[in-house]
Amino acid sequence: MSQNCSRTPVRAHGLKLGVAALGLVIGASFGAGQAAAEDVIVGLVTKTEVNPFFAKMRQAAEARAKEKKVKLIARAGKFDGDNEGQVAAIEDLISAGAKGILVTPNNSSGMLGVIKKARAAGVLVIALDTATDPADAVDATFATDNFEAGVQQGTYARKAMGDKKAVVAMLDGTPGGTVDTFRHDGYLKGFGIKAGDPSIAGAAITNGAQDKGQVGMENLLSKNGDINAVYTINEPAAAGAFAALKSFGKEKDVMLTSIDGGCAGVRDVKDGKIAATVMQFPYKMASMGVDAVVEYAATGKKPSGFVNTGSFLITDKPVQGLESKDTAWGLKNCWGD
Amino acid sequence: MSTVIPSSPEPKASLKARILGTPSAGPFLVLLAFGLIFALTNPRFLATHNLSIILQQTVIIGVLAIGQTLVILTAGIDLAVGAICVLGTIIAGKMVNLGYDPVLSMGFAILVCTAAGLSAGGLISALRLPPFIVTLGILGILTAALRLISAGGAFAVRDPFLAWTGNTLKLGGFVLTYGVLIMVALYAIVWYLLNETKWGRHVYAIGNSPEAARLVGIPVRRHLLSVYLAAGLIYGIGAWLALGRIPNADPNAMQTANLDSITAVVIGGTSLFGGRGGLIGTLIGALIVGVLRNGLTLAGIDPLWQDLVTGILVIIAVALDQMSRRRN
Amino acid sequence: MSDVNNSQSMATTSAPIVLEARNVTKTYGHVTALAGVDFELRAGEILAVVGDNGAGKSTLIKALTGALHPTSGEILLDGRPVNFKGPLDARHAGIETVYQDLAMAPALDIASNLFLGRELRAPGILGQVFRRLDKKRMREEARRAMSELKFRLPSIDNPVEALSGGQRQGVAVARAALFARKLVIMDEPTAALGVRETGQVLELIRSIRERGLAVVLISHNMPNVFDIADRIHIMRLGRRAAVVTPKTHSMNDVVAIMTGAATA
Repeated sequence: MSQNCSRTPVRAHGLKLGVAALGLVIGASFGAGQAAAEDVIVGLVTKTEVNPFFAKMRQAAEARAKEKKVKLIARAGKFDGDNEGQVAAIEDLISAGAKGILVTPNNSSGMLGVIKKARAAGVLVIALDTATDPADAVDATFATDNFEAGVQQGTYARKAMGDKKAVVAMLDGTPGGTVDTFRHDGYLKGFGIKAGDPSIAGAAITNGAQDKGQVGMENLLSKNGDINAVYTINEPAAAGAFAALKSFGKEKDVMLTSIDGGCAGVRDVKDGKIAATVMQFPYKMASMGVDAVVEYAATGKKPSGFVNTGSFLITDKPVQGLESKDTAWGLKNCWGD
Repeated sequence: MSTVIPSSPEPKASLKARILGTPSAGPFLVLLAFGLIFALTNPRFLATHNLSIILQQTVIIGVLAIGQTLVILTAGIDLAVGAICVLGTIIAGKMVNLGYDPVLSMGFAILVCTAAGLSAGGLISALRLPPFIVTLGILGILTAALRLISAGGAFAVRDPFLAWTGNTLKLGGFVLTYGVLIMVALYAIVWYLLNETKWGRHVYAIGNSPEAARLVGIPVRRHLLSVYLAAGLIYGIGAWLALGRIPNADPNAMQTANLDSITAVVIGGTSLFGGRGGLIGTLIGALIVGVLRNGLTLAGIDPLWQDLVTGILVIIAVALDQMSRRRN
Repeated sequence: MSDVNNSQSMATTSAPIVLEARNVTKTYGHVTALAGVDFELRAGEILAVVGDNGAGKSTLIKALTGALHPTSGEILLDGRPVNFKGPLDARHAGIETVYQDLAMAPALDIASNLFLGRELRAPGILGQVFRRLDKKRMREEARRAMSELKFRLPSIDNPVEALSGGQRQGVAVARAALFARKLVIMDEPTAALGVRETGQVLELIRSIRERGLAVVLISHNMPNVFDIADRIHIMRLGRRAAVVTPKTHSMNDVVAIMTGAATA
C-alpha cells in the first residue's frame, strides 16, 4: 500500500474518447480478426484512480502492454475501502476473458472469494504493492518489502544522528494496516530499538495525509519538545511534519525521514526538508506483472511467492556503510509529478 | 338525483398519461439499448455467467436503493444509506467474532440499522428538520462511530451464516446467489406495499403534497416515521447481503453508496421532488449502472466512461421529470 | 353590533340549524382574529360567507372545521356542542371541506384522490391480512360519484395534474359530496377558474344542495354569491356584521356592510 496524499493525474481524455467510440461501433466486427497476441487480456485493478502511485502503476502497465502487444483493461476502486468496486472489477475481468489479473487489494482479506473464483477459472492472479491475507491466496505478490524499507529508513536515521541520544516520534499511517505495521516495525529495527523503548516519545495517526501529519507532529512536539528523530509512514505525512517542525523552529535539529519515492517527496529531500526517503517502484510492479501474464499466456508458467520489487534509499547526505542514491537519480526514477 | 349518466367505459387514458403513469418505460428502453450494444460488442456479454454476475453486482446497491426510493418518494433524501449498511456489517461481524450466535448477531445488527432509520425518521418528523440535514448528520455520527467500533481497521468476517447470502444455487442455466433472490423478494414485497396498500398510497400522497395529505387525514408524521423505519430495516438486510458479497467488515466501505443509490432511483424515473416514480424503475436504474460498468469492461473501454454516461443519464432523467412536471 | 336575523329567506327560516357557533373568539397574542362571532347554517341551504380580507372569514372556517381551537365560545352540530381536535374529527362528524388548494395529490389518479385517506380495502383475507386495496371498487365508486354530479371527465385513471382547473375542482367537490353526511364547506371554489368552468362548479354546488346537504361557500366573487347563495353571512372585524339574502339586498348593500359604510 502506498500512503500518498491524493493528486489527480492529468490524462489524455481525448484519445480515450476516440478509442471508446471505436470500441463501441466497430469493436464487434474487428475483434475477431486481430493477431493472436492481441487476444491476451491483462486486467489491472488498482485501489483508486486519483492516487499518483497507482496512476504511475497504470501508466507503466499500459506502456508495457502496448510493447508486448497485449490488451490491458484497467479498473479501480472509487475510494480507499471500495472493496465492492474491486470485487466487481475482478468479476467483470473474468467475464471479459482476462488471462491474468493484477490487483492492489484495498483490503487484504476482502477479495479472497473473488480471487479464488478467478484462479479456479484459470486466471493468473498477482497481487501488486499489497499482499493478501493469507499471502498464498494469489499466485504471486510483486511488492516492496515494506519491512526492509522501514529498516533502511531507521538505519539511516540512527547512523546519520551519530552518537546523539535519540527521542523518537512515530507518525503512523492507519493503525492495523499491514504496510503500516511492516514499515513501523522495520524502522524500529533499523533504529536499533524495540517497541515500548523509553526513547519513543509518542505516536500519531496520519492516514498518510499531510494535514494530519502536521497536526500529529504539533501535538507530539507539545508533549515532548526534545524530539529529534521522526519516522513517517510516507512523504505527505513527512511534509506535514516538516511544517510543524518549522513552526516550532526545530526543522534543523530533527532527523526527519520517510518512505515512498514520490517526486514531491524526492524534491523535499533535495531541498533538505526531509533527510532521506526510501523509494519504491510502482512501475516495476506493474511491468513485471504484465510480463508475468504474457509469459503465462505463452508457456503456462506461473510466478509464485513474494517478489521484492526493491527499494532504494534516496539522500544527498549519505552515511558510511549504507548504500544510497542522490536526489538527481531519485528525480529521474520517482513517480507522480 | 334524477338522471344518472350510465357508467359506460370511458375512453382509455391518453398515451401521454399512460407513459407518464409508467415511469419505468423509458429506463427499460435505455437498459435494452445498452444491452443490445454490449451484446454486439462482445458476445461474452450475453453469457449466462456474465448476466448472473451483473445481477450479483447489483444486489447491494439494488437493495439499498429500495429504501432510498421510499425516502425519495416522500420528497426526502437519505444520505446515511451507506453508513447504516456498513454499521450493520460491522456490528454483525464484531459480534460473531466475539463468539455470539451468528443468527442473533445478524438479527441484532439489522435491529440497530432499523433503529438508525427510525431515529432519522424521528428527527425528520418530530422536529421537522430537513431530511438532507438529518441524514447528513447521521452519516457524520455513524462514520465516527464506525471507526471507533472497528478501531479504525477492516476485519474479516468468517462465518458461514453471515456469508450465506453469497452462496450460489443453479436456476435453469443461471447461477444465482441467495442474495439475488432476497433482492428480488424485497422488490416484490415493497412493490406490493407501495402499489397495493393504503400505506403505499399515502407514501405517494405525502410526497405529492404533505399539506394535502394532512388535510385528508393522513397522519403525515407517523407515516414518515414508518417510511424511515422501513428504509433502515432494508439497509440492515443490505448489510447481510453485503457480507455475502464480501465477507469483510470495513468502516471505509460504501462511501459512494449514497450517490449510487440515489443515481439508481433517479435514472429509474423517480422524481427527486417526491410523489412520482416507482420501484421497478429503481431496479432497472440499478441494472443500467451495473450493465454499463460490466459492458464497458468487456468492450475493453475505460470504465471511467460509465461515470460519464451515468452522469448524462441522471441529467436526462431529472430534465424529463422537470419537463413533465412543468407541463402540468 | 347586533345580530340581524329577520331577513332570512322563506325557504330556510323553518329548516333546522345544522351548524352553529356562539360568541366564538380567537386571539393570537394581542391580535384578535375573531371577536365573538356567531354563525348559523341551516339544513339544505347554501350559505355564503363574505367579508373583506382580514375580516375573519378563514379563521371562522378553520374554527368550524377543527383546523384551529377557538379561544372561547361554543360550536354546536345539530344542536349538540362539539369540540373538534382536528380536521379529522370534523370529518368524522360529517363535515367535509373543499380547500382552496384542493388538498389533492397531483400525481395520483382521480379515484385515488377521491379516496385519499379513506381507501377501501379488499374483502376477505386479501384485505384483512394482506391489506390489499380494492382498486376496482374505488374506481367504480369514483365513477358513480362523478356521474351523479353530472360531471364529465376524460378518464378516472388520469392523474389529477392532467386535468383542467375546473375538472380538479370538480373532483374535489365530488370527494366532499361523496363523504359528507351533513354539510360541505367550500373555500373559494371558483377563484382560479374561467367563466365556463365557474358555471360548471356552481352547478356542482347546486347539485350538492339537491342531495340535501348544507353548503358553506366562502367567496370573494359577489356575482357568484348572488347567483347561488340562499343567505349571505357578512363578516366584519372578526364579527358577524349581518346575514342578508340576495332577494332583500343588492351587491352594493353587501359591499357597504362589509366595509362598514352601512348596516343591514
